[in-house]
Amino acid sequence: MVEKILASRAGKIKVVPGDLVNVPVDLALGNDITAPVAIKEFKRFGLGRVFDPEKIVLVPDHFTPNKDIAAAEQALLLRRFAEDYEIKHYYEVGRMGIEHALLPEQGLVRPGDVIIGADSHTCTYGALGAFATGVGSTDLAAAMAIGEAWFKVPPTLRFEYKGSLPKWVSGKDLILYTIGRIGVDGARYRAIEFAGAAIEQLSMDGRLTMANMAIEAGGKCGYVQPDKVTFDYLEGRVNKPYTAVYSDHDASYEQILGFDVSNLEPQVAFPPSPDNVRPVSEAAGIKLNQVVIGSCTNGRIEDLRTAASVMKGKKVNPGVRLLVIPATQQIYRQALEEGLLTVFIDAEAAVSTPTCGPCLGGHMGILAKGEKALATTNRNFIGRMGHPESEVYLSGPAVAAASAIAGTIVHPEEVI
Amino acid sequence: MYLKGRVWLFGDNVDTDAIIAARYLSIVDPRELARHLMEDIKPDFYEKVRPGDILVAGSNFGCGSSREHAPLAIKGSGISCVVARSFARIFYRNSINIGLPILECPDDLSTLRPGEDQLQVNLDRGLITHLQSGREYQAAPFPPFMQEIISCGGLVEYVKTRLACDG
Repeated sequence: MVEKILASRAGKIKVVPGDLVNVPVDLALGNDITAPVAIKEFKRFGLGRVFDPEKIVLVPDHFTPNKDIAAAEQALLLRRFAEDYEIKHYYEVGRMGIEHALLPEQGLVRPGDVIIGADSHTCTYGALGAFATGVGSTDLAAAMAIGEAWFKVPPTLRFEYKGSLPKWVSGKDLILYTIGRIGVDGARYRAIEFAGAAIEQLSMDGRLTMANMAIEAGGKCGYVQPDKVTFDYLEGRVNKPYTAVYSDHDASYEQILGFDVSNLEPQVAFPPSPDNVRPVSEAAGIKLNQVVIGSCTNGRIEDLRTAASVMKGKKVNPGVRLLVIPATQQIYRQALEEGLLTVFIDAEAAVSTPTCGPCLGGHMGILAKGEKALATTNRNFIGRMGHPESEVYLSGPAVAAASAIAGTIVHPEEVI
Repeated sequence: MYLKGRVWLFGDNVDTDAIIAARYLSIVDPRELARHLMEDIKPDFYEKVRPGDILVAGSNFGCGSSREHAPLAIKGSGISCVVARSFARIFYRNSINIGLPILECPDDLSTLRPGEDQLQVNLDRGLITHLQSGREYQAAPFPPFMQEIISCGGLVEYVKTRLACDG
């Protein structure tokens, strides 16, 4: 699928892995951390315009609402640039969301699109059948100027998930399990095609979670071929025409791996690497100081529904601080209307406005020396959420919610 | 083009949070960023680095986030070149784009003595020479397209040239 998208955009009949292509981009994305560097580089071009003000998306989401004066200055730079260059898709605090939850929700992502973002989790949009990949600030600067980016065509790995998902097992558990199996460089430079019966049954929120973490295996992108779930999601969101692209029946894959997930347990990644993955039973008893439910990986409505279903009528363990961060304003409102926020607040959780905040140790829940957190986020590197001697475990929302109640890492069944 | 400097060693899967922690991402100036280079995994590293030094690492160097602050911090510290068994793709791209020389070398360099052994790198040929022993290692050459970006001095200059041609 990736080879077909890149070939058609490059105006070629066919490309093969290793080819270098220059292609026009449908969207170029930046945030309050990466865009300021891109803007500085962009100004060196001396242009009075961007290539297309409708195809650039700027979202202040990492250190916003501004955590300190330096962050406020960065956000101001972004805002001014958006005003000066009449950027159509600039999302201010109060109207925004975490970028990778926001763009699909707002209908900015279509199957077959080529999207680059100066954020590694841009690969999320593969869940909708787009070719989407993370780049750096200078790439973003160049794309803002000329509307193009260069790519080396990646080889594709096909992962087939057989069987049906057991209760409490989500897209997050599938992707953690996969990264645990192949390692943090197991898909380095590769495109990952997620397929099989378990993926066909998976909701769009679950697919977005899986594609989101393709980068944690070193992937250039991760995607699911468009199907009914995709088109149902797009209905009412996307009003511009698009052409869905599918892998050929005789497509060549560098490798095909099969995973039987029928008996899979919920998964937990131990510090300090997302590939240090074990079943939740092996994490039982680890005492927690903080639990975070949110992020571009797991801050969507289905994640909040799962967490609330585990927590309803219960209280967060007195030794634990639980932070729930709906990923966008729309998700926040929906959670409010569905009564999920009441469940969280009654359970004595802190509910925050959308922000990446604690996921990258930015703000809104930094860990002290020696503290342990369980988070539905995507990385657990040394010092990721605060002090270099703090620790982060990763899981899906069901295990995170249950563990916040128990005070230690547990299987959701144990608190139901 | 020749580069010469002392060696500093790092292992496999060094992530961009380790290279530059998120708490410093409001900084844009490379020299200021460099003061916090590798702070969480080697707290005294910045003090030891001298201009020209060469960073040698294992596989998947620079994995994790897309922050360009990571190669900028390395460049800002005066490190002249990064040699690794392999690089994570966004880090690789970013380094080329900002003009930080990086080389992929399959040989095991992990037995070199940090801060003592000196390497000379011939960037054009991808040839790495251990100065004390004269031993040579061959790194993978850049594809011509990337050579072009590098010889322009980074992606911004490359695009400027293109914009000028498009007139």
